[in-house]
Parts: sequence; structure tokens; C-alpha cells
Amino acid sequence: MTVAQEPSALNFDCETGNYHTFCPISCVAWLYQKIEDSFFLVIGTKTCGYFLQNAMGVMIFAEPRYAMAELEEGDISAQLNDYEELKRLCLQIKRDRNPSVIVWIGTCTTEIIKMDLEGLAPKLEAEIGIPIVTARANGLDYAFTQGEDTVLASMANKCPSKVVESEKEERNAIKKLLNFGRKKEDIAQDAEDVNHHPLVLFGSLPDPVVTNLTLELKKQGINVSGWLPAKRYTELPTLEEGYYVCGVNPFLSRTATTLMRRRKCKLIGAPFPIGPDGTRAWIEKICSVFGIEPQGLEEREAQIWENLEDYIQLIRGKSVFFMGDNLLEISLARFLIRCGMTCQEIGIPYMDKRYQAAELALLEKTCNDMGVPIPKIIEKPDNYNQIQRIYEQKPDLVITGMAHANPLEARGINTKWSVEFTFAQIHGFTNARDILELATRPLRRNNNLKDLGWEKLVKEAKV
Amino acid sequence: MKLAYWMYAGPAHIGTLRIASSFKNVHAIMHAPLGDDYFNVMRSMLERERNFTPVTASIVDRNVLARGSQEKVVDNITRKDKEETPDLIVLTPTCTSSILQEDLQNFVDRAQMDCQGDVLLADVNHYRVNELQAADRTLQQIVEYYIAKARKKGELPEGKTEKPSVNIIGISTLGFHNQHDSTELKRLMADLGIEVNAVIPDGATVEELKNLPRAWFNLIPYRELGRMTAQYLEKEFGTPSVEITPMGVVETARCIRQIQQVLNAQGANVDYEDFINEQTLYVSQAAWFSRSIDCQNLTGKKAVVFGDNTHAAAMTKILAREMGIHVVMAGTYCKYDAEWFRNEVSEYCDEVLISEDNGEIGDAIARIEPAAIFGTQMERHVGKRLDIPCGVIASPIHIQNFPIGYKPFCGYEGTNQIADLVYNSFTLGMEDHLLEIFGGHDTKEVITKGISADSDLGWTKEAQVELNKVPGFVRGKVKRNTEKFARDRGLSEITLEVMYAAKEAVGA
Repeated sequence: MTVAQEPSALNFDCETGNYHTFCPISCVAWLYQKIEDSFFLVIGTKTCGYFLQNAMGVMIFAEPRYAMAELEEGDISAQLNDYEELKRLCLQIKRDRNPSVIVWIGTCTTEIIKMDLEGLAPKLEAEIGIPIVTARANGLDYAFTQGEDTVLASMANKCPSKVVESEKEERNAIKKLLNFGRKKEDIAQDAEDVNHHPLVLFGSLPDPVVTNLTLELKKQGINVSGWLPAKRYTELPTLEEGYYVCGVNPFLSRTATTLMRRRKCKLIGAPFPIGPDGTRAWIEKICSVFGIEPQGLEEREAQIWENLEDYIQLIRGKSVFFMGDNLLEISLARFLIRCGMTCQEIGIPYMDKRYQAAELALLEKTCNDMGVPIPKIIEKPDNYNQIQRIYEQKPDLVITGMAHANPLEARGINTKWSVEFTFAQIHGFTNARDILELATRPLRRNNNLKDLGWEKLVKEAKV
Repeated sequence: MKLAYWMYAGPAHIGTLRIASSFKNVHAIMHAPLGDDYFNVMRSMLERERNFTPVTASIVDRNVLARGSQEKVVDNITRKDKEETPDLIVLTPTCTSSILQEDLQNFVDRAQMDCQGDVLLADVNHYRVNELQAADRTLQQIVEYYIAKARKKGELPEGKTEKPSVNIIGISTLGFHNQHDSTELKRLMADLGIEVNAVIPDGATVEELKNLPRAWFNLIPYRELGRMTAQYLEKEFGTPSVEITPMGVVETARCIRQIQQVLNAQGANVDYEDFINEQTLYVSQAAWFSRSIDCQNLTGKKAVVFGDNTHAAAMTKILAREMGIHVVMAGTYCKYDAEWFRNEVSEYCDEVLISEDNGEIGDAIARIEPAAIFGTQMERHVGKRLDIPCGVIASPIHIQNFPIGYKPFCGYEGTNQIADLVYNSFTLGMEDHLLEIFGGHDTKEVITKGISADSDLGWTKEAQVELNKVPGFVRGKVKRNTEKFARDRGLSEITLEVMYAAKEAVGA
């Protein structure tokens, strides 16, 4: 199956969707930490709770700002009144934690019993005086990181639309932080601030990465007016019609759509700032939209590559196989191919060819530049079939979920646990090393053990 | 609706999956939305399992919601039957599928027609039972199915084994120290001259199940798992069961005495008194430990116990009866079986707490201020917050509670392990206390070695802010590497730029 509209060398396929991934409600794990004054209420069953509690390990004990509204039999059969029940719990949350926003995460169960969360929220919001954002991050529709997409798409609707003058100062917190303690001349040295349309970036990233990327753009004279999400809900960026927006992660297609259609923003479709090649392409694309000639990017990228050489030596010429579970796969594959790897297959839960268009184009270009075959992109993969292909193709590295990692290792196949890429800092020039630190770790570890003859540790291995 | 931050027992399907994945060559297919196969991650990570967990999902998505599963479930069952040729496929409903109210039994019946292996629908209600109850029920269901099948085919073996023999029922995957307990119990049976007829479900094949009636008795080491199966076997074949958990010196002896009674009632004529005596006084170290002056120091120390029925009850008795520790509160999260727990522990503790609310248990611990806690991972964290040591004695557990070394809780070696666990918890607490009184091991100023001790480098304010965002345990390293980088380049001030450059260059 190929794309009908535009002829492309990229080869897309779609399997059965029998694959392992995290439930999208897992997004609360990083979003509650990112948005410091939020409280996430997951409205679901014991199954959801059990997943969260186990997937988040230690975090669960640190008085997290999230909880389950655990549905009981009376809720399912509508013997209890949804509104009254939610009100009772939200008042309790207000009393105990006093958050600036409560985010309701709808689950499979609320979908099936058709609980009207979007309808209940505004009423309850008015009654208890705390904004309520609803996001349907359920396993019926979405995979893993797409959970963040549903939350941010809802939040995009809550962003203020006109700046109040007095608040302007506060909303420029990032900019102020960056200039803090620096002399006027220093700032002037960076690059003259170009008078461009306001730019808002979307995607939840750890604060150090936010600072880092903001600074990279500043060097080109581009001011970031705000981020969706910000550190606090009360600091959500202003969005006016005609603002430019740009995504930092490949799984944010709903957010992008919402920003374009509902908030009338203009989307800058760029590759994602993952790896030095991606970061440079991302900055160049933003510059080109604002008519700015990028300065010093080529040297900067070359410098980063030079510093990565020790890691790249370990993977050059080796092959990688993505089983697919978090939607970062295209960007990571593109970066690893640029590092000299070959890639047989990119599994991915969901492929938005429009939102990821620039990334896909860069992937194709990278493959051509490096003279390697273009990988097959398998949407909704089938893990069983993939494992048969892994046995056949014998890749040097399989990037996969934890359900398969240990069994593959026991069969002598190097694996890297894919979820780590979601939690590690992988964006921007500075963090390229971290991606390779992760990707080369199994190879480095297994190099250390290679003379022991302990590769296949299962009897009658099928490999 | 219930506001819940944490839960002790998992949802029902986890119990079913634990049973299915314990058997050899049994595959479970969950009727579940994407992401509900988290069981595989737990199995693979916690137990460090080398093989693929035999659990797949028949995904419930939007299409299923709109039009029903139709052929999907049947196709997935027959496909798995061909791919892996399992002996049995267990179709496992989840909370999501149970509200869809599809006729899963119908799917099972249809799939059965095309499958070489057997197909069963796990009979559990997600809104009424938890993981433990579901596991108990599923095990019984599978046993009953294969007994009935063998009977129908006339393959049910006649009579008992020649020598006294036992079925050990209830050892399962993801069970607390189950693997070690299993080894220890088999060893104990060997010492007693009892043949092990079967261990189920762990490592068993469904083929073996028809031999269960040949055992002289069933041993149910855990209160939570296996009793329904034992009751079924008793009803069908009159097989008596021993339900005393051999955990702790006194209870192990009691368990062995009951085994003796059960065997002698069937004409075995065994006497285990000498064995019990020998083990208690000279082999197990636990009885001697109770008498030693180490344990004297523990007399009257306050403890709180919380866990599942089996482990919390056994620990309470061990602490109070065998070590003279004052158990202020004993509790369980097995609400559905609370009466049994009360009866077991009432005389060994001041108060009993039956609750599934971790907040309530945390508050009780804070109020009581015990010298040590014996609980689950949750109580360990409560202990951390309150500076009270905690020994983990029951699920829910983390990966460190799946030790590689031999650590049974049952049998005589189990008594040794428990004594160590108790003693280590209390001495740590004592040491902590002494440290506080004397203000630490080493009260001198710490003299930092290395180049960053008195730095000649200035950090700009924003670089300092950035540095403070680095997690504490690597911050020192980042600081040192950054300063080294700056010094090598003759920079006198560390700005954000320098930090990033250092990171890019040396991975600081």
C-alpha cells in the first residue's frame, strides 16, 4: 500500500494491530510533573489503576498529583449519578490539593458507557470554581504517547486568546529567565531579534530541554512566545489568530489540528528536533518561514557529529529494527540511519502522513544520502509476525517494549527498551549524545560479555 | 466512584493470567483494548522471564465497539492455535469487555470447532472479584474441565498412588517468593517420605491434571489460591486437604502434624514427631534464634503487620509467639476473607485492621509509631517517609522482591529467612536511632576531594539554576565535568552555553 496522492519511495504497510504498547493514560505520569499546579483524575477501572501503579513504579509513592476515580458496579449500571459522584471526588481533590486545573482522563470504560465528560465538565467547573480539562486518552483509540496529544489538544482550547497588558510580563517568563543576570550587550550579541510573527511551540518536554531549544532559536533571532504546555496551567500561552505554531514531538497530530482549525494558527511542518540532523532541519524550517537566514547551523551540526564519533563507531554499519510503540520511531530511525545504521523495519502505532510529512521526507533523503535502502514502515504492527521477521533478519539491535526485551535477549538478540526514549532527554543538539548513549548501551554491555559464550540462554531456541 | 491512589490486589484478569501463564503450553487471549497487556511487562520484568509470556490480546477498538467483535476473537483463537499449538487457550475477559456484554462463550464454542487444542472462557466477574479470587476460581475451573474431560473419555486413573503422595496446589507466577517456596515444600515432602504427585499450576501441563485424584491429600500453602480446587477435589474424590501454611516454626510443625493425621487416617502409619523435634531444635536456626540474646533485645518491641491473609497472619504469629515482639496491629487487604484473618490473629495482636485503603494503613502506622513494619511495598514507602524500617512480606511487590538467591518463606529454611528478615529490620532501626542520638557516624566536616572542592570558577545565576535541575545523584558529576571542561578551555565563568557545550563535548 503506498500513498495515493504523492508518489513516494517510502513503503507503508498496515498489519493487524496486535502489538504491545502502553495505555495512553500513562501520559499522566509525565504531564503531572510537567504541569506543576495540575491534578489528573483518571476515570476508569481497577485495570487502569493497576497499569498506572505498576508502570510508574516508584513515582507512585511520591504523593503524586493524580488519582483514579475508580468506577464501581453502580457507576456502570447508572445506579449512581455521574455528576454527583464526580463532584464529590473533585471537591475532595480541591480540599486536599487545591490545584489550578483538574484534568479528567476518560478511559475505555467511560467511552463504552458513554459518560458525557465533555458535557459534565463545564457545569462542574462553574460549580466548584476550578477549570476542568477533559481528554479521552483511551486504549480503544490511541497508543501510549498519543495520550499527551489528547490532553494538549484539549488544553489548546483553554489557552487565553488575547494578552492582557499587565500579564505580558508574567507570560514572558522563559524569556526573562534566559536574559536573567546578563548584560544588555551579551543579549545583543546573540543575533538581532527579528521582528517576526509570534511563535508558540507545542509538546511537553522537561524544563532543561525547553530552555535549551528556546535558546537555540534565540540564537537565530527567533523569540518563542510560549509553550504548550507551560510549567503551570496558569501560564498557558496566548494564542491569537495568525500565530505560528510548531511541534517538537511526532505524536502531536491532534494538537496540531486543533491549533490550526480551532485557534486559527499556522502550523510550521518541520522534522522534529531529535538528533543533530533533525534539530538543524527543525530550526532551518522555522527560520525559512520567518524569512531568516540561519547562522552557524552547519558548523554547529558538524561539531555535534564530531563529538558523537565514539558512539557512532559502535553502530556504524549495524542494523536496527523498530517494533513500534511510541510514535518516535520515524525520527529515531532517521537519526540512526544518519549515524550509519541500516534499518529494516519501522513499526509504528499510527502514522499521520501529513503531520509527519517533513520528517518522512527527511527520512527518505537521509536514506538516499547514506545510500541505504528505505525501511518499510509498518503501521499497527503485529508483534508475532515481527518476531518471526526478527528471527529471519537477525538485526543487530531491536528497539522494543519490555514485554519482548528479555525474551529476545535470552535468544541472543540485542534489545533496547523503547520507553526509555520517551522519558530521556532526546531533543536538541545537546541531547543527541543521550540518544546514542541509550541506543549503544546494549551493544556496549554485550561487547563486555562477548567472550563468555552466554548469548543464547534458552534451550531449543527457535532462532 | 472511589478516589483511589493505590490498590493492593489487581483486577480480576490478572489472576486469570497468572494461572494461565503458570501452566506449560497454555495460552491466554485477552479480550481487551490496546495497552491492557501490561501483564506481559510485569511477567517479563519482575520474574525476568526468558520466554515470551503466553498472553496476547484480541484488541477491542472502535470497530469492535460499533459492530461487535464478530470474527475477530474466533480468528485470534484459531490463529494462536495454529501458531503455537497450545494445549489450552483461555479466553480472558477484561473490565472493558465485560461491559460490552458480548457472548464470549459463543466465540469459544465456535473457535473450539476449528482448534486442535482446548478452548475455555475464564468465568470471572470483573466488578465483583479481584486478582486473588479470580486466580482461585480460574485454577478450579481448569482442573474441573480436565477432570471432566478425562472422565468422559474414560481416562481418569483409578485409585491412589502406592506410597503416600501429595498435590501442592497454588504455586503461581508473580506470587510472592512462590518459586522458592515450591522448592522448599518439595524438599519437605521428600524428607517426610511423601511423593509429590503434582504441583499446580506452576510448571504443570494440563495433561497431568487428570492424575490429581491419585494423591492421598492436597497441600494448600496459601490461603488465597488453591482452596476452591481443593474443595472441588474433596467433593469429587474425597481427597482431604491440609490448609495450614507451613510458615514459621510452630505452624510448620502444626502443618506436618496434620499431614501425619491425614495420612494415618488412610492407613499410612507415619510418625513425624522425631522429625519435627530434630528440625526445630537442631536444624532450623529460628528456634535457637528465639532463645538467643539477640532476640532478647527484641522483646516487647512494637511492630505493625500488613499484607495478604497468608503472610500477614503467619508473620503476626511468628512475631508474637516465636519472638516475643509486640504486634500492635495486624491487617489484611483481603476484605472478602476477613473473618478468617480475624480468627487467626486476634489473640496475637492488639488490633486488627481490614482495609484496602493505603491511606488508612499509613495513618495507623503513623499513629502507632512501631519500631518496625512488616508489609507490602506500600508499607515500605510509608516506613521510608516516617523513618521506620520495613520488611516486605507480601505482594504487591517490586523487582527486588523476586530475588535470584534461594529465599523461601515456607518450611524450615523459610523460618531461617524470616528470622533474618525480622532481625535485620529491627537492628537497622536501632542503629538509626543510635545515630540520631550521637549525631552520625562521623561528625567531622566532610573534606571533599577533587578539583571542585573550592572552585575558582563562577557560575552564572541561570547556569546555577540549570544545574540545580539536574537530579541530585548526578549533579556533582555534571558540575565537576563542566568545570573541568571550562578549566581546560581557560574559561572563568560558567554560563548556560558552557554547560551545553560541556555536555555536547563530554556528556557531562
